[in-house]
Amino acid sequence: MRAVIRIASAGAVLLVIYGLSFGVELGFTEYVQRIVLLAGINIILAVGLNLINGTTGQFSIGHAGFMAVGAYGAAFVGVKLAAPIHSVLGPGALANGVIFNLALLAGAFFAGISGLIVGMPSLRLRGDYLAVVTLGFGEIIRILFNNAAFLGSATGYFGDDPSGLPAYTTFFWVFAWVSAIVALIHNLTFSQTGRSLTAIREDEIAAEAMATPTTRLKVTAFAISAATAGIAGGLFAHMQAGVRPEDFRFEKSVDMIVMIIIGGLGSISGAIIGGIFVAASLELMRDLQQYRLVLYALLLVIIMIVRPQGLLGTGELYQLFRRGKPAKRGEGA
Amino acid sequence: MTQFLQQLINGLSLGSIYALIALGYTMVYGILKLINFAHGEVFMVGAYTGYYAAGSLGVATFEARHQSFPLYLALLVLIAAMAAAALLGVAIEFLAYRPVRSAPRLTPLITAIGVSLFLQNAGMLLFSPNPQRYPAILSEVRFEVFGVIVTNIKLTIFAVALCLMLGLHLFVQKTWTGRAMRALSFNIDAAKLMGIDTNRVIRSTFAIGSALAAAGGILFGLDQITINPLMGVLTGLKAFVAAVLGGIGSIPGAVVGGLLIGLAEQLTAGYLSPEYRDAITFVILILILLLKPEGLLGVVRVEKV
Amino acid sequence: MQILRRTLICGLCAAALSGAISCKKPAPDGGPTGSAAGSAEIVVGHYASMTGSTAHFGQDTDRGIRMAIEEANAKGGVLGKKLKLVTLDTRGDSAEAANAVSRLIDVEKVSAVLGEVASSLSLAGGRVAQRRKIPMISPTSTNPKVTEVGDYIFRVCFIDPFQGKVMATFARKNLNFSKVAILKDVKNDYSIGLAAAFQKAFTELGGTIAAEQSYSQGDTDFSAQVTAIRGTGAQALFVPGYYSEVGSIARTADRLGLKVPLLGGDGWDSPDLFKIGGDAINGSYFSDHFAPDVATDKAKAFVANFGAKYGQPPTGLGALGYEAALVLIDSIRRAGKDDPTAIRDAIAATKDFEGVTGKITIDAQRNAQKSAVVLKVEGGKAKFEASIAP
Repeated sequence: MRAVIRIASAGAVLLVIYGLSFGVELGFTEYVQRIVLLAGINIILAVGLNLINGTTGQFSIGHAGFMAVGAYGAAFVGVKLAAPIHSVLGPGALANGVIFNLALLAGAFFAGISGLIVGMPSLRLRGDYLAVVTLGFGEIIRILFNNAAFLGSATGYFGDDPSGLPAYTTFFWVFAWVSAIVALIHNLTFSQTGRSLTAIREDEIAAEAMATPTTRLKVTAFAISAATAGIAGGLFAHMQAGVRPEDFRFEKSVDMIVMIIIGGLGSISGAIIGGIFVAASLELMRDLQQYRLVLYALLLVIIMIVRPQGLLGTGELYQLFRRGKPAKRGEGA
Repeated sequence: MTQFLQQLINGLSLGSIYALIALGYTMVYGILKLINFAHGEVFMVGAYTGYYAAGSLGVATFEARHQSFPLYLALLVLIAAMAAAALLGVAIEFLAYRPVRSAPRLTPLITAIGVSLFLQNAGMLLFSPNPQRYPAILSEVRFEVFGVIVTNIKLTIFAVALCLMLGLHLFVQKTWTGRAMRALSFNIDAAKLMGIDTNRVIRSTFAIGSALAAAGGILFGLDQITINPLMGVLTGLKAFVAAVLGGIGSIPGAVVGGLLIGLAEQLTAGYLSPEYRDAITFVILILILLLKPEGLLGVVRVEKV
Repeated sequence: MQILRRTLICGLCAAALSGAISCKKPAPDGGPTGSAAGSAEIVVGHYASMTGSTAHFGQDTDRGIRMAIEEANAKGGVLGKKLKLVTLDTRGDSAEAANAVSRLIDVEKVSAVLGEVASSLSLAGGRVAQRRKIPMISPTSTNPKVTEVGDYIFRVCFIDPFQGKVMATFARKNLNFSKVAILKDVKNDYSIGLAAAFQKAFTELGGTIAAEQSYSQGDTDFSAQVTAIRGTGAQALFVPGYYSEVGSIARTADRLGLKVPLLGGDGWDSPDLFKIGGDAINGSYFSDHFAPDVATDKAKAFVANFGAKYGQPPTGLGALGYEAALVLIDSIRRAGKDDPTAIRDAIAATKDFEGVTGKITIDAQRNAQKSAVVLKVEGGKAKFEASIAP
């Protein structure tokens, strides 16, 4: 019976997603559609980064590198898989869907592996040092892509078709992946593993004393976080004509940090709000385009000084509406 | 062999500039345990102040007449830039870092990144994003020694860097404020209990570090021919790595680190590939943090529970 | 306190949502594009990097375009209507480039788009323009792939293979060099493409490449690369980069005793080249779109007006921006109506159009067939040296 309910609810969610994507495609101009897609991708980035920065308290500021690995990986695999899968399944949406999701998973896999490679040595470090090392790795990854001839070097990877990479990214897939990843991260955060991660954030030495395998957990969380960034990268790549190293500079990592800071470090719903906010504000602030980057930076500093916990602190949105019950985790007054 | 010597000289002069900037990073980190990401931008502002100061002192007319800029005016430019940078550094500390000084480590880090981005983009708006040619505050004279070309600018870089570093060393060892700085870097709370005005000492630290960075900025402009508002980003990062390499908190460490990073960068660019000149700095950072996190000349700090 | 915070947060969310929804347009689908025939203006879009590290390129191009539009409006506009130019910032980011073109089409309702400078950004924006069937003219993107995106994408500059051949021919035939070193910008697809084209053409003409070194756009230190080239016996140094680095490279080469002429492409074209390069850049040559000293009257007038309007002489980017806008305006006139498809056809039919950078004919691949000139730098100015036809 439980199984039936589970399958039914999963089916219902899929129907809702399909309906939503249908509605968005009809109801909005392409310009707004692009923003919605970018907002979805941002949500995936923010929620994934929040797992390691917010919940586990390990500050990574080079996540754009993992997004790049995912983007290139997904693009490359997608291009290479296109011919064989089309010959089996024929042209059409089914084949495209299969290719796309396989490519995304490949991208996530590569990103996860690079997360492991970066995380294993780095997570021995604390605080500021970890931050700078992750920054360094992010830059190294970008420089490597910049010099990879088979991936187009600085010009970027555009696949084999002159019009660029196939535009697999649609609302359905973005909404689907957003739902999947938010559900995954949410379940992870509120499970026992998640509590251990929070323990690491609050006091790592005490957690270690309580027999929590801190290093293993930190590295695992880092790899998961990198893999989600990879999914976002793959989705991003197939919205563009091609993937360029320039799209994954430090500025992108900063964007991600702003997303989770605005919502509140450690809050999943905060990360979602932050992701949407960043996508929307970049466009809404367009009229101030000359001053956009300046205002952005100023906003970051002011938030840090005035309200460093962001909008929701470490709590979740639904906790705001619980009357009478004490908040689950500190609401960050 | 001459190629190697040439790359060596170039690397050492670049490294001296990194050392000047690294000193600022290491002093601030030693006391506040904060990476002052905005330090690279202070370096940039120092360079631009020199640019505008030289301009207003009429360097263009000297250039047109092929005369060298008088030494006393050049010194004036240097002092103006150092003063402006010192003011900027103190302002940043007061406005952005002091309010978050007692916050958990992440907050000041993000604040620093924010200030850095703000200054970069404000610089792009105020100074124009185009690279500007640096005025000939010092006229260029070339010497050739064993096939290696050395300019008087490179010699000046060595001389100025050496003087400033010696000056700083004397300051930290012999003066009251210097001793207070060392005390704060050992244990800031104990220093406060000893009656030291920590705010004043921190202000001085920022001021001195920024002034050194400004000197580095002017030398950088003279050596590298052009400046642009984003010049502080990568250079600042490399200088930070230099500080870590030498041992963060250690002043001789910053010098050693700077020279080593400059050499590594130049030799990588010359013998490996110029595309990896920036990457090598990060590789060095990762290696040193993994193998010897306290740096070459640093002291191991035991973490007590 | 709790209630206050909750209300605040709800209010912010509501505001954000309503802000997002307010962008919704009543059109049921992607929406009809291009201005309706009855509107009083013809809207033209320009997407460029107005902020970020390549901001000066976008700003230069925009100045040229703006001047052309204003001049046309001063003469009464086109087809009896005034032209409106909307410039959107791409921040040098390819996602932004696609967003910008998308916004120009959906929100600003442009009939045509101009842009971008960088080939990779033109590729990103071009794909959107092609899918929405809005004609696009790139002023300066030289990578051959840009116009391969589709039949709505054009350019008014020559492409890398041609320009590389121009300088290779000049170096080999006019200057009789047999050994040349290349110093290219690997962060810049224009430079990579041009270097490759030069190398191919030069070796086909019997020359040899003494060395190939690289740098990244934004670098300031070239002593390592110059030192490495110094010992190879190269007779010239081909530097197909942007003026910002070329000036420094010239000075570095001079300083380190590498006293050979430099050769380059239209990326050199800027007054800053002479400001930065100083005496070191004299005696060098580069290919470009027009020569200021043997320019046509039209070109001379352009240079004078540009200087008067903006207080600085135009760079090659400014000239090409002006050119692209002129071709577009002329095409709108020939199309006879403010319809993107008609404009597209008119652009494709451009033949012997007299612009400021020479006579332009748009060929079947939607590239511009035009002659290039080789300029020599002497006494802080660029002077005409030779003209090479396709």
